[in-house]
Amino acid sequence: MNSKSVMDSKAIDRALARIAHEIIERNKGTENLVLLGIPTRGSHLAKRLQAKIDMIEGVSLPTGAVDATLYRDDLGMKETQSLKEMEIPISIEGRVVILVDDVLYTGRTIRAAMNALMDFGRPLSIQLAVLVDRGHRELPIKADYVGKNIPTAPDEDVKLHLEEVDDANEVVIQITKEGLCEKESK
Amino acid sequence: MPDTFNRKDLLGIEDLSVEEIVKILGSAASFREVAERDIKKVPTLRGKTIINLFYEPSTRTRTSFEIAAKRMSADAINIAVASSSIKKGETLKDTALNLEAMSPDCIVVRHGSSGTPQMLARYLKCSVINAGDGLHEHPSQALLDMLTVSNRLGGIEKLDGLRILIVGDVAHSRVARSNILGFSKMGAHVTVCGPPTMIPVGIEHLGCDVNHDMTAAVKDADVVMMLRLQLERQAAGLFPSPREYAKLYGLDSLKLKRAKKDVIILHPGPINRGLEISPEVADGPWSLILEQVANGLAVRMALFYLLLGGVKDGISNANKSLNPDGVRLLNLR
Repeated sequence: MNSKSVMDSKAIDRALARIAHEIIERNKGTENLVLLGIPTRGSHLAKRLQAKIDMIEGVSLPTGAVDATLYRDDLGMKETQSLKEMEIPISIEGRVVILVDDVLYTGRTIRAAMNALMDFGRPLSIQLAVLVDRGHRELPIKADYVGKNIPTAPDEDVKLHLEEVDDANEVVIQITKEGLCEKESK
Repeated sequence: MPDTFNRKDLLGIEDLSVEEIVKILGSAASFREVAERDIKKVPTLRGKTIINLFYEPSTRTRTSFEIAAKRMSADAINIAVASSSIKKGETLKDTALNLEAMSPDCIVVRHGSSGTPQMLARYLKCSVINAGDGLHEHPSQALLDMLTVSNRLGGIEKLDGLRILIVGDVAHSRVARSNILGFSKMGAHVTVCGPPTMIPVGIEHLGCDVNHDMTAAVKDADVVMMLRLQLERQAAGLFPSPREYAKLYGLDSLKLKRAKKDVIILHPGPINRGLEISPEVADGPWSLILEQVANGLAVRMALFYLLLGGVKDGISNANKSLNPDGVRLLNLR
């Protein structure tokens, strides 16, 4: 398998720092915000964003995880998926939810995550922050905060490694033999 | 841990691997969260049909399977034998094949004869879940018992090395059998206790010890599981009198004094208050009886999810029972 690194630890850190600033700027502060990551790596990114925002504003935002597995539209197409953590730290009713994921691809995970969120209440709005946008959307979904746009081919796979789970901090592009079958596999 | 659960049916604890048990209990822990939401429903099994086919009376188990199915957005249909064609003399196999012709995705079956779910699983292309067969197994009960204990102790790995005491009519108890198998698989040490008439000869082969003296046995136990005295099955007279049974094998505060301070008390329900368990014990702080009921729901949601929520052997579960050749193929067997 061919793979090349496209973001190193420093680049990831800088991108997250910029996204943290953008979130604060766009929302004119941190009031009413809640950070929810999509497990596994999205929830680690959410925690890193929480730390960045704390450094800038001195506010520790409520941070959690929203598992979209039970809301996916491809459950009947692949083997039973393991459930991940679901941790809504505070009522999202009337709050601005910043949804955090590692790689934005078809948009189907985000759709599922938004449906999951709606079952917990009616947020004021949902904003989407991703570390990498690799294109090839299949649903009308757009990220509000993007770490890096990486144009890819469908037979490539973009993977984020985080030291919290993978002992490394980098974004790599891999060429997969299965190509399209690998979509958004997590 | 394997990421998949490639199984059509859930027939017993006996053929489950440790990994599969861990997988089921892990998923069930996630489903407990759904019960705490305002909207206690997830869309996961939209469009799936689950039939509860109960040949024996049941409130807890049948309701639990039904609510679990509904919380997963599946359609649940209950068939109570008293008001069905089974009363007109239809055989079990015919009933099952006719139900299958309506393309359900899963049949949950309880039957008084051991081996019924296993037989149905061979005939049917849809998933079959054993909700209790004769004196054989009641796997979802054992799974919810293991979940209850592991939740209380803070992890599935805590079951390893635990001492479990099962007291009562072990001979007539499918709950006991599934629990002996399940807890032993997870590394716990199981002792069964009861009058000799209620302990089957050779039960040690399942991997448990036998002790007829409850007062002594209760001392070492981390978990005491009281079995229901099945008065409806006990025409044979397995003990001299209910009062004597309660004195020797009922769990009361007197016997509880000899137990560990943090002992866990379980009972599969329905309880006979004052017989196998005294009211002050059943309602006391050691008792996790209602916790068991809550966990039962989570375990059954997990079972539906793992059996129906994905592709098995490359065939989508949704399409499996729609196979037009399905019923014909079955008849050829």
